[in-house]
Amino acid sequence: MSDMDMDRRNFLKTSVGAAAVAIAPGMMLYSVAQAKSEGASSKVRWGMLIDTNQCKPGCNDCVTACNRENGLSGETKSTDSQWIRKIDIKDISTGREISLPMMCQHCENPPCVDVCPTNASMKRADGIVLVDKHRCIGCRYCMMACPYKARSFVHEPQTGQNPDVPRGKGTVESCTLCVHRIDVGGKPACSEACPNKAIVFGDLNDENSEIAQKVRSVASVQVRADLRLNPGVRYQGI
Amino acid sequence: MIMSSTPTLESLHFKNRLYWLLLAIGGLVVAAGMYAVHLMEHHGHIITGMNNQIVWGMPHVFAIFLIVAASGVLNVASIGSVFGKAIYKARAPLASLLSIAMLVGGLTVLMLDLGRPDRIIVAATNYNLTSVFAWNVLLYSGMVGLVVVYLWTMMERRMNPYNKAAGIGVFVWRFVLTTGTGLIFAFLTARQAYGSALLPPMFIVLSFAWGMAVFHLVQTSIYMWNEKVIDSAILQRKKHLLGVFVLGSLYMVATYHLTNAYFSQQQGFERFILMDGGIYPSLFWWGYVLLGNIVPLALLYTPGIRRDRWAALAALLIILGGFALLYVFIIGGQAWPLNLFPGYEVTSTFADGQIAAYSPSIYEMLLGLGGLAIAFLITTVSVRVLNFMPQDKPYIAD
Repeated sequence: MSDMDMDRRNFLKTSVGAAAVAIAPGMMLYSVAQAKSEGASSKVRWGMLIDTNQCKPGCNDCVTACNRENGLSGETKSTDSQWIRKIDIKDISTGREISLPMMCQHCENPPCVDVCPTNASMKRADGIVLVDKHRCIGCRYCMMACPYKARSFVHEPQTGQNPDVPRGKGTVESCTLCVHRIDVGGKPACSEACPNKAIVFGDLNDENSEIAQKVRSVASVQVRADLRLNPGVRYQGI
Repeated sequence: MIMSSTPTLESLHFKNRLYWLLLAIGGLVVAAGMYAVHLMEHHGHIITGMNNQIVWGMPHVFAIFLIVAASGVLNVASIGSVFGKAIYKARAPLASLLSIAMLVGGLTVLMLDLGRPDRIIVAATNYNLTSVFAWNVLLYSGMVGLVVVYLWTMMERRMNPYNKAAGIGVFVWRFVLTTGTGLIFAFLTARQAYGSALLPPMFIVLSFAWGMAVFHLVQTSIYMWNEKVIDSAILQRKKHLLGVFVLGSLYMVATYHLTNAYFSQQQGFERFILMDGGIYPSLFWWGYVLLGNIVPLALLYTPGIRRDRWAALAALLIILGGFALLYVFIIGGQAWPLNLFPGYEVTSTFADGQIAAYSPSIYEMLLGLGGLAIAFLITTVSVRVLNFMPQDKPYIAD
């Protein structure tokens, strides 16, 4: 065997080895990423029941938890993103005051999804309304269409993001119902953070779930029910 | 000197220099607009006056004016091609050119205002069939294509037999297009300013007035440039048509506000936009109604005011009135808060229950003006290199 053949054989061996070293971690990561590949199920309808009687005026714990979880600044300038906010309302005729959190209502018939030109606004099979960050062109039509003012536009470059919650300048964003937690069996940060357990999260379609039982037994309303959007978030005590 | 009836060598030199000066000015405005876009891309929309309450701002006022006027200016062409009126047919090429120029200008503004204009290919390849924006991507680009074909059937003699068919195609398409523009707002069910089936027809009639006004202004400029005087019979007919369109659009706007004012739930909004909303009622009454309608109507119809320059002034005022109306409609409509809890006083950190504040920044103004300048450049260059001067026959048959 000539020296040249040996050189070639060594070269091939080294190349295959180097390629294996280079590809293997990627393949492993790929298999990790593929591990949870089953999609959202349409048998599930995620929702929340918010008991306004238990929601304290001045308490902002749900908002703080949301900001921390999703990497939001927590500032409240008109150009800052607010995925959840506390609203104080006062009945004009009786003077009764109520405090409540407001966020994306995860409608069954979401106007934001209807108007989005590129299908970036979408509703998952389990009822969670999301924005595909790779498809959003930043036209803001969904913000015009949302009756709940639930969406924010990212006006500035973002730093220090939570890897589970990618955000991008020039795109629209809103409450994801902490989908990254739900997909690993958790619940939204706001629901977890509420000191009075005023936010009950669960599957509205599962009749044995706490939320479904409560929705059956207490009077609850959907905000702007007249629009017939069938939001997944309901309020008790309004 | 330039108004002398026979062109001299001196006046031709002067006009040649003036032409290049106009191009330079237009080019500078476009360049300034592009620089503004670059800054908006770099820093984000934080450098504009737009925010999470006023999500559509000054660029949309410019873009929607240009797109609506681009549809309306084709009225001149339609009256010629579809209804066979000779003096309009002679003006159809110019009307088509203006339509293309304004569509391109308006679409450029709309596209460059996007948060991610670099993803235009996403918009071109993903169509959500329930989105009127997605329809409009097809309607606007289709309109440009159709008008180019229509121009071809007019300017290429062999294509003349297809002119009527192309004219009818354009006639139908532009109605659908302006309906599409009105539907952007008509489909917004939750906002009190919008969500009305009146909006598409209102935009169509507004397009007649604004398009005709743009046409008249450009036509007057071209006649002046060529040192010609428009035939007084033709001018008279044009003025009357413009007046009728202005009256028609005022009627539509009045109907929109009156129907709103009749519904108790809308009265708060109407009071805001027409009476105590600060800049919005001022722009509406002084800008749109008085300067954009009453004064132009007086200029068009007062006997004795026959000079074409007065009609051109009327056209300019109609255009400015159009901008005022769109500012009130688009910005004022968003400034009024969403009514989440009817019957309650509402406060929050996200401006719930409050009138939203907006002051346009220089960057979005430059973007809008850049769009206007693009339309201006397309028109100026085309009128210079091709024959768009209306050629009237000596005898007006109809």
